[in-house]
Amino acid sequence: RSLGPENLLLKGATLKNTKKIYGVAVYTGMETKMALNYQGKSQKRSAVEKSINAFLIVYLCILLSKATVCTTLKYVWQSNPFNDEPWYNEKTKKERETFKVLRMFTDFLSFMVLFNFIIPVSMYVTVEMQKFLGSFFISWDKEMYDEEIKEGALVNTSDLNEELGQVEYVFTDKTGTLTENSMEFIECCIDGHKYKDCISEVDGFSQTDGPLKYYGKAEKSREELFLRALCLCHTVQIKEGDQVDGLIGHTERKYTYISSSPDEIALVKGAEKYGFTFLGLENDFMKIQNQKNETEMYQLLHVLNFDPVRRRMSVIVRTTMGKLLLFCKGADSSIFPRVQQEEIQQTKIHVDRNAMDGYRTLCVAFKELTQKEYDKIDRQLNEAKMALQDREEKMAKVFEDTEADMHLIGATAVEDRLQEQSAETIEALHAAGMKVWVLTGDKMETAKSTCYACRLFQTSTELLELTAKVVGESERKEDRLHELLMEYHKKLIQDVPKNRGGLKRSWTLSQEYGLIIDGATLSLILNSSQDSSSSNYKNIFLQICLKCTAVLCCRMAPLQKAQIVRMVKNTKGSPITLSIGDGANDVSMILEAHVGIGIKGKEGRQASRNSDYAVPKFKHLRKLLLAHGHLYYVRIAHLVQYFFYKNLCFILPQFLYQFFCGFSQQPLYDAAYLTMYNICFTSLPILAYSLLEQHISIDTLTSDPQLYMKVSDNAMLQWRPFLYWTFLGAFEGLVFFFGVYFLFQNSSLEDNGKVFGNWTFGTIVFTVLVFTVTLKLALDTRFWTWMNHFVIWGSLAFYVFFSFFWGGVIWQVSFLFSVVLLPFLKQQRMYFVFAHMLTSVSTWLAIILLIFISLFPEILLIVLKNIKEKNHQVRNKMV
Amino acid sequence: IENKMSFLPQKEGKHPSRCPDNSAFKQQKLPAWKPQLTTATVLSTFFLTGAFCLSVGICLILSANSVREVQIDYSDRCSDCSKLRENSSNWNRECHCSVNFTLKEDILGDVFMYYGLENFYQNHRRYVISRSDAQLLGQNVNIEKSYCTPFTMYRNGTPMAPCGAIANSMFNDTIDLFYNLKSSVIQVPLLKTGNSWWTDKNVKFRNPKAYNLSSAFAGTARPPYWWKPVYLLDEEDERNNGYLNDDFIIWMRVSAFATFRNLYRRVHRIRQFADGLPAGNYTFHISYNFPVTKFKGRKHVILSTVVWSGGSNPFLGIAYVVSGAAATLTGFVITAIHLKLRKKKTYFQK
Repeated sequence: RSLGPENLLLKGATLKNTKKIYGVAVYTGMETKMALNYQGKSQKRSAVEKSINAFLIVYLCILLSKATVCTTLKYVWQSNPFNDEPWYNEKTKKERETFKVLRMFTDFLSFMVLFNFIIPVSMYVTVEMQKFLGSFFISWDKEMYDEEIKEGALVNTSDLNEELGQVEYVFTDKTGTLTENSMEFIECCIDGHKYKDCISEVDGFSQTDGPLKYYGKAEKSREELFLRALCLCHTVQIKEGDQVDGLIGHTERKYTYISSSPDEIALVKGAEKYGFTFLGLENDFMKIQNQKNETEMYQLLHVLNFDPVRRRMSVIVRTTMGKLLLFCKGADSSIFPRVQQEEIQQTKIHVDRNAMDGYRTLCVAFKELTQKEYDKIDRQLNEAKMALQDREEKMAKVFEDTEADMHLIGATAVEDRLQEQSAETIEALHAAGMKVWVLTGDKMETAKSTCYACRLFQTSTELLELTAKVVGESERKEDRLHELLMEYHKKLIQDVPKNRGGLKRSWTLSQEYGLIIDGATLSLILNSSQDSSSSNYKNIFLQICLKCTAVLCCRMAPLQKAQIVRMVKNTKGSPITLSIGDGANDVSMILEAHVGIGIKGKEGRQASRNSDYAVPKFKHLRKLLLAHGHLYYVRIAHLVQYFFYKNLCFILPQFLYQFFCGFSQQPLYDAAYLTMYNICFTSLPILAYSLLEQHISIDTLTSDPQLYMKVSDNAMLQWRPFLYWTFLGAFEGLVFFFGVYFLFQNSSLEDNGKVFGNWTFGTIVFTVLVFTVTLKLALDTRFWTWMNHFVIWGSLAFYVFFSFFWGGVIWQVSFLFSVVLLPFLKQQRMYFVFAHMLTSVSTWLAIILLIFISLFPEILLIVLKNIKEKNHQVRNKMV
Repeated sequence: IENKMSFLPQKEGKHPSRCPDNSAFKQQKLPAWKPQLTTATVLSTFFLTGAFCLSVGICLILSANSVREVQIDYSDRCSDCSKLRENSSNWNRECHCSVNFTLKEDILGDVFMYYGLENFYQNHRRYVISRSDAQLLGQNVNIEKSYCTPFTMYRNGTPMAPCGAIANSMFNDTIDLFYNLKSSVIQVPLLKTGNSWWTDKNVKFRNPKAYNLSSAFAGTARPPYWWKPVYLLDEEDERNNGYLNDDFIIWMRVSAFATFRNLYRRVHRIRQFADGLPAGNYTFHISYNFPVTKFKGRKHVILSTVVWSGGSNPFLGIAYVVSGAAATLTGFVITAIHLKLRKKKTYFQK
């Protein structure tokens, strides 16, 4: 026998039914799935981080220009000999001996060191802490806890919290995401006769339950054939005893059905309801208990596995009588071409109606094989399996040949219920300005009806279809497609008057459009004839897509899903995309999108493991995006801007001071203040803010999705707000420095005529700085928990306390019993400077005034904004 | 053992329930104060701050105006001396000059005498760090490791006391004030102590311990620009000598800008000067030692009174008045806007 994919033992597989096996290692090292996945997962970076980098470059330029300006001016200033080396300030020997170029270079470097605090290194630490700690709030959220699976949300990465507040496109899987993925067998049709919810009595399979349930009756033998087909044509396994991590089909019995597809379980259970029970596989024999409680045995000869290209699967069995049977089940589109054409008609009506109702339909066909035919198939199959090259194509070819000329028996309809609140959630996402795309592998009709049910499409939505049905199967399909594309393009883009006022994402357009496209057409568009028109098609298609409020992509292969996500991701303006799905087939799109969200669903853990965030239900997306995402974005955006601002107004006075001290790199602040500023005095308030702030309460955010649009497009980290913060920082820096400068025009500020020196000057500036920067944050805080109070007032108190302590001790080497000491510890320059500063009334008044002046524009802005808002509210109320 | 027992059932009883705690913190529902701006609070805040700033500003301006100050630039008046000092070889030649001035009104209250320097970069980095605080604490330290260079020691290895550029360039003019009453000339009594920070005088500056001052500084030499060693700075007052000399301590507190003033003397309020300086003719007798022309600087001598807000400086008062006015104005503007809005509101309601 040959070894194929079905023989592969994956990592974590457990051995059962046998003591030992012989194995062949097929993939090792970099070829293993783990290594391949590891490679494939690129690092996701949020839009905020990209903004930070842009801002950083600006500040780096500021730093460089500051240092350059100072260095240049220093040498201009020093060109006067009485400035360069006055008698009271002789150069050291070392200074005199170094070359001028080298001296200039070291001067430049020392200016860089002096001003380097403008680059907020501590911001990175704070941002990381904020992200790490902040992500706990998601997993702690009780509202995202699901009683059924006893799990809450899971955060796999903390890097993307703020990205949740920036989503523009939501790509969602249908099965298991919008729907429950708990399949229920609803009805079936045999030879065009409909069977629904019958009660199986002794042989009451065909017994009807009342006038409503009577839909006609097929021949008894056909019924049994159909049910046998359901019982045999699948890959369901039986697990006895304990529950397993996987799909659980039946819990009342001693055994449970396990399968990779919940549909199959639903079908097997459906057959059971009608009296045919699948008892399991034993030594290649499938056991079935029929309606008369007899056990039938079928030898399983071949399983022609399901694959997404064929969209069908088959089994070949041998009955105890020696008859050879092939059963095949699959999507209607893949079955209908392979059966006798005259049989199709009756069944097709049912299938279409079922699909309209939102059921998942499968058609069942069979074929009797002669021994000769079977031998041929068997030989071909084995040959194909043994093939070392092009095995897949060869297999496909054999499958293709085998599954032909079959007889249609009937069709099944399986319902997949909508998840609770998925419709409301989609509505909310729409209202929040997000475009929702459904990507599913299902049939178009099924998917469409689900989309209507979950209000992705409204009744007023005009649907544009780009499906195999519309395009047709003929050779002219490319031309037809071209026509359609042009038509839609015209309708959506050229005929619509240009956006009034450039309002982005306004859904106030008179007509909403929805687009439906299927996998076949998509691949036609994306990989159509290799000439230049293909990229043009793609472009037109994209433009159409972006104009539609909702897009439904059905019959998608997993890779196509990722392709679509990538396509949207790379459009102009690179919108933030989010993918949400529950199954292994969604993994590729989850990995592709900016934010990948897994549903902890029934199709295993693959999706949630590969996702950035995992939630139990689709409805949790609402709170995750509208409340958590919004808040995280606002918090981190404010944090970033605040950090740049506070470092700018920290270092600007120091820069200005160079103009007054002969560009000699004399620091304005004491070394301890320089180091402690970002670490101790101003770090905790902003951290607390960035963890706790709720400028709008969570309930309001969740219930009013339109608020989400306020922060869309990275609104708080655009250049405008950045410039505002930068100007604010610059203004405050100027106020700090020149305010105290004018105060120091007469340095005797006490009532006893004693004078203050340079360190008092720096300390006054620094005190104003620390208070202003902290109070600015206090002005921005809209949610004062006890922690904010503690941290804000605590920081200020700590500054005062530290200053007293730092100036209150004569720092001596012996005092610290230490050999390794910072050089500034040997200096007593801050001795009682702070305390002495506070004995002057003028200093107090100046500090208060300068804080007030610095904050005045900000206060004014807040008040004006408030008035504007109130005005707006009044007007809204009136209208 | 008891402890262990009490622990066990807890551990077993703890189900691995993954349901998150329903605590206010974890659900982000901590009780919080959400500041809401109401028109009343905004307006009252603006008017209150406006009123506060205006009143403080007016007080400041009034008191700053009551400060009497006489500032005399003597760098040109003593042109002979300044020329003499331009050549450093004349360092040991004394030069005196006198500057006359007239007070039209009495200066009442405490009168302080400052010397002022212009274009003297005391805040230059090389200058600022050129000192040894440990040495000034009276400790026996190796100043070679300090930042005092190039004023650390002489070629022969004798360390300088005090070391560093700041100490070396100490202001060494002596200024005396004389009151010309009719034909007689009375020297105004001046106080030379009590002018420095208390903490500097009593903690930060200490003489090395020894039975007398000259032996405490044995083995050290004066800085090159000094005329006399540190232990002879004030031979009359033991507690104003050595590192404890007030003039020295004040000089060592480096100024913030290149133009600055330092407290030099206070008028001792006795006899004729009990109420301050009476109106009349005065003369400064200056022993001109400190060269300033070499770096294009200037020297002043300043007589000034102080009030509760310090010396004369109109800035703070003006700044307060301006910001007070701005706040009040804003208050009025906001009131106007508010009234307009209310009108609109009533209009709509009709």
